[in-house]
Amino acid sequence: MNQTIPSEKQKQQQTLKRVLRYIRPYGFFVFFSLLCSAVSVAAQLIVPVYCGDAIDAMIGRGQVDFPSVLRIAVAIGIVTAVSAVAQWILAACNNRVTFCVSRDLRNSAIRKIQKLPLSYLDAHPSGDLVSRVIADVDTFADGLLMGFTQLFSGVLTILGTLGIMLYLNLAITLVVVVLTPLSLFTAGFIAKRTYRYFREQTVVRGQQTALINELIEGQKVVQAFSHEAQSLEDFDRINDKLGEVSLKATFFSSLTNPSTRMVNNIVYAAVGLISALYAVSGGITVGQLSIFLSYASQYAKPFNEISGVVTELQNALACAARIFDLMDEQDQIPEANHAAAFTSHGHVTLKDVAFRYVPDKPLIENFSLDVKPGQRIAIVGPTGCGKTTLINLLMRFYDVDSGRIEMDGTDIRQMTRHSLRGNYGMVLQDTWLKAGTIRDNIAYGKPEATEEEIIEAAKAAHAHSFIRRLPDGYDTVITENGGNISQGQKQLLCIARVMLCLPPMLILDEATSSIDTRTEIRIQAAFARMMEGRTSFIVAHRLSTIREADTILVMKDGHIIEQGDHDELMKRNGFYTKLYNSQFGE
Amino acid sequence: MKYLKVYLKNYKADSILAPLFKMLEATFDLLVPIVVARIINVGIVNKDTGYILRCCGILILMALIGLACSFTAQYFAAKAAIGSTTGLRHMLFQHIQTLGFSEMDTIGTSTLITRMTSDLNQVQSGLNLFLRLFLRSPFIVFGAMIMAFTIDVKMALIFVVVIPLLSVIVFGIMWWTAPRYKKIQSRLDAVTKATRENLSGVRVIRAFGREDSEVEHFSEANDSLVDLQLHVGHISALMNPLAYVVVNIGIIAILYAGAGKVDGGVLLSGGIVALVNYMNQILVELVKLANLIVSISRALASLSRVEQVLDTKTAMTFPEKAVSGGQTGSSTATDQAAKTAIPRRTDFPSDHEAVRFENVGLTYAGASAESLTDISFCARKGQTIGVIGGTGSGKSSLVSLIPRFYDATSGQVSLMGQPIGTWDRETLRSQVAIVMQKAQLFAGTIRSNLLWGNPGATDEELWDALKTAQADDFVRAKGAGLDETVEQGGRNLSGGQRQRLTIARALVRKPQILILDDSASALDFATDAALRKALRQLPKEVTVFIVSQRTSSLQHADQILVLDDGHLVGCGSHRELLDTCSVYREIYESQFQKGDARQ
Repeated sequence: MNQTIPSEKQKQQQTLKRVLRYIRPYGFFVFFSLLCSAVSVAAQLIVPVYCGDAIDAMIGRGQVDFPSVLRIAVAIGIVTAVSAVAQWILAACNNRVTFCVSRDLRNSAIRKIQKLPLSYLDAHPSGDLVSRVIADVDTFADGLLMGFTQLFSGVLTILGTLGIMLYLNLAITLVVVVLTPLSLFTAGFIAKRTYRYFREQTVVRGQQTALINELIEGQKVVQAFSHEAQSLEDFDRINDKLGEVSLKATFFSSLTNPSTRMVNNIVYAAVGLISALYAVSGGITVGQLSIFLSYASQYAKPFNEISGVVTELQNALACAARIFDLMDEQDQIPEANHAAAFTSHGHVTLKDVAFRYVPDKPLIENFSLDVKPGQRIAIVGPTGCGKTTLINLLMRFYDVDSGRIEMDGTDIRQMTRHSLRGNYGMVLQDTWLKAGTIRDNIAYGKPEATEEEIIEAAKAAHAHSFIRRLPDGYDTVITENGGNISQGQKQLLCIARVMLCLPPMLILDEATSSIDTRTEIRIQAAFARMMEGRTSFIVAHRLSTIREADTILVMKDGHIIEQGDHDELMKRNGFYTKLYNSQFGE
Repeated sequence: MKYLKVYLKNYKADSILAPLFKMLEATFDLLVPIVVARIINVGIVNKDTGYILRCCGILILMALIGLACSFTAQYFAAKAAIGSTTGLRHMLFQHIQTLGFSEMDTIGTSTLITRMTSDLNQVQSGLNLFLRLFLRSPFIVFGAMIMAFTIDVKMALIFVVVIPLLSVIVFGIMWWTAPRYKKIQSRLDAVTKATRENLSGVRVIRAFGREDSEVEHFSEANDSLVDLQLHVGHISALMNPLAYVVVNIGIIAILYAGAGKVDGGVLLSGGIVALVNYMNQILVELVKLANLIVSISRALASLSRVEQVLDTKTAMTFPEKAVSGGQTGSSTATDQAAKTAIPRRTDFPSDHEAVRFENVGLTYAGASAESLTDISFCARKGQTIGVIGGTGSGKSSLVSLIPRFYDATSGQVSLMGQPIGTWDRETLRSQVAIVMQKAQLFAGTIRSNLLWGNPGATDEELWDALKTAQADDFVRAKGAGLDETVEQGGRNLSGGQRQRLTIARALVRKPQILILDDSASALDFATDAALRKALRQLPKEVTVFIVSQRTSSLQHADQILVLDDGHLVGCGSHRELLDTCSVYREIYESQFQKGDARQ
């Protein structure tokens, strides 16, 4: 009973733990990176000390301790060399860890995507998922790993500096320690006050982008209605406003750097003053003064970096959490233990099937249907009535809630998804093609197909003639989204893709709204040829298909409300009759 | 740069003052080590506390003046950068509006939007950085060297060697990595594409059981990205250590040579401290400069993309509007127009011809084949002309020649008996209204959208147009009627509602020629029929072109043009075409069963 919602902090800790799991294979590199970071920080801190010693070794005319200077010069040389090597190894290790962890994350994300149930993928905009796999992984890897090493070296630098300064002189150290944070406060002070201007700039910029989108996308309408002058006026109004707001935002935010620089300069002067006074009284040497000055000018840097790192780390963890959220999504139901490969004869039975997408919205209930090998089932109904639901169930993109779907008497859940789906040839309205050549696309379901088989399939799909006319024929590369061939041609390629596999059963979506009637006739012929002797489920839009179907399923609002062949349904004078008359009668 | 210069000119003073003040600030930075050297050489050596106090006072004073200079510089830089890019944005938008359809098609809408937004933002911040920092870093680098010369000429020679060496390292590595970072980006794009493909094609991938090969394909893209990232990363990681080594060798040289100088009494230890300081300053500034160059070259790339659009000039010219026809048009323009012998049209001659095509051909820019070939027909005033044909047969191309969105590449298009090139833009577009396939509305109200057709239209006229477009019922049903808000792109309206509003918008214009380019596709059968019936009630001299894929929408047209692959393969009434035109018959029969074809 003690179920508690994990607090923000606990969640962050959990995320961190999982992040570490991804980093573990590269633990060696992380260790080396930390080691090199320590070495390079130590070397960088020691060089000013050596310089100070060298200066102390040259007090004045005739008072230069040459052996000491030489010894120090050699020491600086060695330290520099060690530090340079350490710096390079540090960067190389960081690169390896960052890039490899990103790669591993992306690979596991894409594997996860293959296993996610379609219900998840359908419900989440793909842009969001892409941005998790690409942008979030980038931000995470950069932020977390770079942030981590910067944090480490920053802390080391601060501690090292403090140690050396304390060793040299307590009072001056106190001045540095007390005054340095001033620059951080200044930066914070300005940032807080300029935030408002930035917000305003973001808002106005957003408004302008919206206007630009609208007017440029509607440019043809603007010109058709000679609306240019009015549009320009609207645009200028917001453009001038953006100019004003941007000036404020840019100017005020650009005050941060000079202000912190000024504070640092004043700290520098103060350190200089006190050190010089100590030097006069003999408390420290000139060389030590130079050490203090060089530390004073660098001491603020790690603080600035660390304050940036904290936000970066948090950002990185947030991104990691978004990626892990994806990884944590429930997989589709795993295959049954004894799931087997299966080749169907085309006998499909649905027994008391119930299904709903949303728990409290019943959709399909008590649905039974017996489809004999070679029969045609037409699914009809108004747009958005859920015709694709049935396809989702047959292909097992979604699982039924109760009841069962059988293929040749075997529950489809008892066979592997691959073999179930391999028994269907599917042509959807959404003509997805892969970026690649036409040949690769036709051979998508059968990569080992020969050239003859591919051409044969293209001919059967009435696609051969248009492919031949393309400049590169079968080697024509289809770009992402297939922009270089028409919608109808894409559909023909999808048909050719199925033609090559010739599975025993078919699922076809006839909706061809964006295709002209003559290409449609061609597609129709290709469909008809494909259906010969095959059990087919067709989302039907044409009269001939409906009339020739063995069974028509009439769907409305997700429910199957009527079932029977054309004549039976017409006799019933129900929804089907109305639908038929509105679509095909005049 | 030429366009940016136009606007930068208005900010001449600002863009000179900004770097000037920045250099003033840098001067103070350069003076600090000298003051410190004085503290050591004079103050400490002589145990002169008063001198030390004065020197530290000077340091603080310099910090304050530096701050003031810097603020001034930031202000002028921001003003010049933002002012001139705001101007450039205005110019770009104005220019885009003058582009013809042909240029718009070639460049593409999304490209234009990127140019207007992110590219110009990039230019703005690049220019701002440039004005502030571009002179500062080289100034400090060379200033440090000059200061070194003032301390000791021979020691300064160390700087003369170190600076070029450092430059070679910093800029050499940058020069090597820059193009490779671009390559990394394109490999990352490939990974993005693979991800997107896996999501958009998930059903097909699973239907064909290709999950494993997709993962493999993705991993390949991923690996090739990481390999390159590592390779480039290792090289660019060399920059800091190498520069560090060079600077420290410089410091060793200063210490070693300096020891001799001090021993000889030529130099005091304060001078050595100052030289070491300068050496460290140089390193910091060179790295800053390298980063600056990266962002400025990015800004320059953006600027050239913007200027590329500005350089694109529209190929289409319209004759000036005649003085009698309108009040606009400057006197010089009219003079010019008067000299050229182009006849200008302000009113319509009274013969009966509305649109005539004579052997018209159209090849789009960049296309290899003609989209329209040898089209000839004549539409009389008051006729209803149907246009039918398959996708890509040239229906939209044909009607878009009538408002002169494109110029015919061969043959002649005439309007009201006059060549279309002789019409001025205003008159032409006010007489021809086109409703395009894509129903495009703009954020505002229903009223503001309808007023695009005619800014002076009365409410009564608006309602008339809505009524004809079969839109009055749903507009009335909305709470606010004409004042109902239309969200961006009209997304708060259904597809059918949007289409009817765009039809109404065209009707408000009261055009002589009305073109409906497949603009009733989202309407149901009954509404479509009612719309066609209402269009018949328009004043009888109005010529209507209806483009459709449905033969049923065109059956009652006076003339139907049948297009196939850019050719006019049939022209006549429904009944004539059924007998004479096989393409038309095929289309018709694909939509109606053979049996009930001739009802």
